[in-house]
Amino acid sequence: MHELSIALSMIEMATEEARRRGGVRVISLHLKLGPLSGVVKDALLFSYEVACNGTLLEGSRLVIEDVPVVIYCEECRAERQLGSIQRFCCPVCGTLTSDVVRGRELEFVAMEIEERDETDEIVNTHRTEGIKAITATDPFRQFEEVAR
Amino acid sequence: MSTQPRLVEVRQNVLKQNDVLARALRKRFEAAGVCVVSLVSSPGAGKTTLLEQTLTRLRASGCRVAALVGDLATENDAARLARSQAPVKQIITGTVCHLDADMVERALENWELKDLDCLFIENVGNMVCPSSYDLGENLRIVLMSVTEGEDKPLKYPTIFNTADVALLTKMDLAAAVEFDLSAAHDSIQSVRPGMQVLELSAKTGAGMDEYLQFLELHIGSGVAV
Repeated sequence: MHELSIALSMIEMATEEARRRGGVRVISLHLKLGPLSGVVKDALLFSYEVACNGTLLEGSRLVIEDVPVVIYCEECRAERQLGSIQRFCCPVCGTLTSDVVRGRELEFVAMEIEERDETDEIVNTHRTEGIKAITATDPFRQFEEVAR
Repeated sequence: MSTQPRLVEVRQNVLKQNDVLARALRKRFEAAGVCVVSLVSSPGAGKTTLLEQTLTRLRASGCRVAALVGDLATENDAARLARSQAPVKQIITGTVCHLDADMVERALENWELKDLDCLFIENVGNMVCPSSYDLGENLRIVLMSVTEGEDKPLKYPTIFNTADVALLTKMDLAAAVEFDLSAAHDSIQSVRPGMQVLELSAKTGAGMDEYLQFLELHIGSGVAV
């Protein structure tokens, strides 16, 4: 049960980011979680709620997107989604493979924030390099498009 | 004035801090020419017994070895390993169920890495949490004893997936517990196709020569499989 320390790390990262942006209110954190990360989703959600109490992030939500395990099949020369992590073989041709393309993610993708008052201008100048601010409805999809 | 909520990109690995530390450790190990091997398994799979034998025998062959051993409580394992005469340090994690790179770094304070050929890190007995933490090791060995059941890899695929080699331990008990060796191999290959598997008994010594030869190969080359 190391989910509590994972939750605390996320809270620390988000708090730092929120402070850098002038103490904005954090509405939600978005995390991509792969089955091979070794982290249990429900335990993490529970830990997050407990760990948030009394912090700047109290009342915020943790939104988790499950990432499937994707392997590369040498035979098909293609990436395939694994049916079960108990069996590492291509779901199409059955070839065994250890070549994991995705599924180890424990990635803090984005956070939804809201200005507390009229500090928007100031906050914007505090933007860190490499961190983009955009408006989106689905944070996971939106950033994938940005990445492309 | 009310403002619109907006989304900001973060894109960071939550364990970034550990990964950065582990990378720095790996560089230090490489610079000092020390091969680092970590052992992971469930509690009671035989990590300490195997490590005691390993330290004793490698030392006898002239290899400069040392070990760090993680447990939630007690220094019992360090005391057992110290019988090998090798330098040993216990890491007591308290309530933490795994070792992380920071614990390893702190445990190495005052140790001269360049005086070592091989450092072993015995993780806390746990098949889940240690899989998430890189310790800067060159080789991660997962142990599974014959008393645990052939399907252990299917129950804990992630730990097998992050390890480089699997050891089947307590082979001297295989017949007594009607261990199905071929089913165990199938389970391992199912979650980690192509994984190298060694069978041994630290108690009787069966399979130990092959295991030590395997280790010496890595200590010599200092690279992971």
